[in-house]
Amino acid sequence: MSVGVPRGLASSGQKLITEILHPLSAAEEPMSPGPDVTAGADQEKQEPGLTNGAPVEISSPSSASVLLSRLQLDDELEADDQDPYGSTEARDLFVTVDDPKKHVSTMETYITYRVSTKTTRIEFDLPEYSVRRRYQDFDWLRTKLEDSQPTHLIPPLPEKFVMKGVVDRFSEEFVETRMKALDKFLKRVADHPVLSFNPHLNAFLTAKDLNKRQGLALLTKVGESVKHVAGGYKLRARPAEFCAMGEYLDTFSQKLGTIDRIAQRILKEQSEYLTELREYGAVYSSWAGSEEQLQRPLEGVAGCVTTSCGALEDLSDNMSQDFLPVLREYVLYIESMKNVLRKRDQVQAEYEGRLEAAVLRKQEDRTPIPVEVEKCQDKVECFNADLKADWERWQRNKRQDFKQLLTGMADKNINYYEKCQDAWESLITLLQEKQTEDKTSETN
Amino acid sequence: MAEPEDGKRRSVTSNAESDQSGPDGSLDKAMQTEGSCLLRRMEICVSEAEKRSGRNAVSMQETFTVYLLETRSMEAIAEGLNPPPDCLWRRYSEFELLRNYLIVTYPYIVVPPLPEKRAEFVWHKLSADNMDPDFVERRRIGLENFLLRVASHPVLSNEEMLYHFLTKEHGWKEMVFETGFQAKADSRLRALNATFRVRSPHKRLVEMKHYSDGLQSHTSQLLRARTVSCYSSFSVNTNGPTVCMCLCSEWSAIEKEMGDGLQSAGHHMDAYATSIDDILEEEEHYADQLKEYLSYAEALRAVCRKHELSQFELEMASQDLVSKKQQREELATGMVRTFSLKGMTNKLFGQEAPEQREAKLNLLEELIAEGEEAVKEKTAECQEHAVKAWADILRFKDQKDKDLLEALISYALMQISMCKKGIQVWSNARECFLKM
Repeated sequence: MSVGVPRGLASSGQKLITEILHPLSAAEEPMSPGPDVTAGADQEKQEPGLTNGAPVEISSPSSASVLLSRLQLDDELEADDQDPYGSTEARDLFVTVDDPKKHVSTMETYITYRVSTKTTRIEFDLPEYSVRRRYQDFDWLRTKLEDSQPTHLIPPLPEKFVMKGVVDRFSEEFVETRMKALDKFLKRVADHPVLSFNPHLNAFLTAKDLNKRQGLALLTKVGESVKHVAGGYKLRARPAEFCAMGEYLDTFSQKLGTIDRIAQRILKEQSEYLTELREYGAVYSSWAGSEEQLQRPLEGVAGCVTTSCGALEDLSDNMSQDFLPVLREYVLYIESMKNVLRKRDQVQAEYEGRLEAAVLRKQEDRTPIPVEVEKCQDKVECFNADLKADWERWQRNKRQDFKQLLTGMADKNINYYEKCQDAWESLITLLQEKQTEDKTSETN
Repeated sequence: MAEPEDGKRRSVTSNAESDQSGPDGSLDKAMQTEGSCLLRRMEICVSEAEKRSGRNAVSMQETFTVYLLETRSMEAIAEGLNPPPDCLWRRYSEFELLRNYLIVTYPYIVVPPLPEKRAEFVWHKLSADNMDPDFVERRRIGLENFLLRVASHPVLSNEEMLYHFLTKEHGWKEMVFETGFQAKADSRLRALNATFRVRSPHKRLVEMKHYSDGLQSHTSQLLRARTVSCYSSFSVNTNGPTVCMCLCSEWSAIEKEMGDGLQSAGHHMDAYATSIDDILEEEEHYADQLKEYLSYAEALRAVCRKHELSQFELEMASQDLVSKKQQREELATGMVRTFSLKGMTNKLFGQEAPEQREAKLNLLEELIAEGEEAVKEKTAECQEHAVKAWADILRFKDQKDKDLLEALISYALMQISMCKKGIQVWSNARECFLKM
């Protein structure tokens, strides 16, 4: 079951549709698979490679991300409005998810997707890679990213579980929708200035066989809240901007839910209408059968109604396959963002708690403030900075995504009306010709 | 406004106007010699409607609508004079009376129908109220259309009662009743509603009857489907916009950057929803045309049925004649061909006296003579009915083909108009989105 090249990269949300070229325009040719890359799964050190070539000395990951964010911010301030990812910074990592294939083994049946990579980054041995991955592998990647980059917003994956019997996991529609979401996920990660340098991403994109990683993943998987932050601290005062973020996310999530419900109701109505419209067209056909002079005109009308039905069906498909998934993906995104906000709160709470304890001890017996407390302070500041940068990025992405979504919706609707109009206009020509013919034969 | 182009919606009157302007090629040659059609001599118009109240036949207070009937002489108009019209007011029930009279008096003519008595196939008006101004207005147009069709009909236009209807405000009803058509109407109605079988049906008329059933069925299906799909079509055409508007209004409140773009797009969608209303009024007009031909189908069926009735009555009369002749033969020859109680009692108890037989025979002869006359008349009547009916049916067919083709063209134009509006509104919205 091959779907072929995905229709446009609407999911990238970075450029206008008309400007997007398929980065793998020679996609028909088989890609050379990369060799096994045994990057250490637990490698915490990052090597951010700035595209202007100068490597930066860093001592700890936190500082690196701060530095990077600051540089990124500067870039973006100069950036073109339409290209929020900074046109001054050339993109050097392109990823695509396509070509779904069904695999049947004795144990299970599942789908894999081709993940193609094109890059000039030095972290990669080869300029091109092509591997096959299944949903599990994406899930693994996301978990690793969350664990290793807790201060960043990780884009969401499409829903993991689908009710068997309710949804056909192997239907073309489902696979296509899921694939588009996976493609979007990967592109977002690849475009993130910090996440894209994560070694797990590297492994994901290049390793022929991810199985080892999954085994490791299972072993090292622990609850997020426990991994980095000691629990049990209560937050005193959340900075206003993070409060605002939380509120915004709540409201936005609500709105999206409302719109989702409305869209679903509309889809239902549209499908009912489609049935009625088909019956309506059938009456004209049936009537044509009992007429002589009016036979062709009536059949013509029936034809136009049928065309309208087809066009409407396409419109409904678009709504359910392109529009709704985006809404739902943002709901997931919001959830994961709220999680990150909560983590941030916990980090701050821990710092505040430790600081308070340390201050008290200092007052008692002059014990100096321990280094851990300073480290906590660093953590808080880094987290805040990372979060703010990611928030801005997310807002911009969101704006682009929804702009594209709405524009796409407008395009599809225009398309629908154009198809219908064309059908009726060709009919009118026929009918008016007949009318003229009849008039002239009358007077003769 | 919808682009008129070359297919603007023609008002209902124009159908008859084309008859008015020149020789109507669709008329049967025979009909043409029957006299110039009334519409050429007289301009007819139903121009207004008014509410009245008064006491009805059972002295109850009621409110009803009257319609203003205006007529002017075509000659005077042609001479450049601009005479004021003669007017009179008529109720819907009076139009009904005229139509019933015509149906009974001209059983072989497909009589033009009246606009519906009650609002049916209604979807967007919650109450099918006869007092609703839109309903009254559409009825006014329908009544005018009825008069124009009748006044341009080669046979019906010569009817005296029609002329009086148009010119004599008071006393017209009494005149109609005096013709005694009511009795005929009642008896025909009863007979038509009965089930009867005809031995040798008129092939073409039976085909026409089946055709009329089909026409009735198809037009009413379209009208019913329209009731549902019209609403849906309305909602579908506004659904996408609705989602947009929702997005926009929900969102612009909480978005700083996207707010303006979303809001202006929302405004466009709003305007679109209201502009659709105009187009749906036109769809109403299409429905009216379908309704007219739904009623016309009934009228056509009635003509075919009436011929069947005539045929049936003829067959009954013929059968009666045959049995009477048989009786005569039996009496005359004394031979009993068929079993009869009389024959049996005669055998058992002896035959009757010769004088009685003589009297019976004479009576029978009279009856047979009458019967033969009746059968002759009935046969001629039946044949004449068939010929006249077929001629009018052909005229009707041509008219129907022309009218419905026109209606389909208008319908298609309306669809195009809706599409254009849709494209425009979404293009405007798209511009707003791009600027977001």
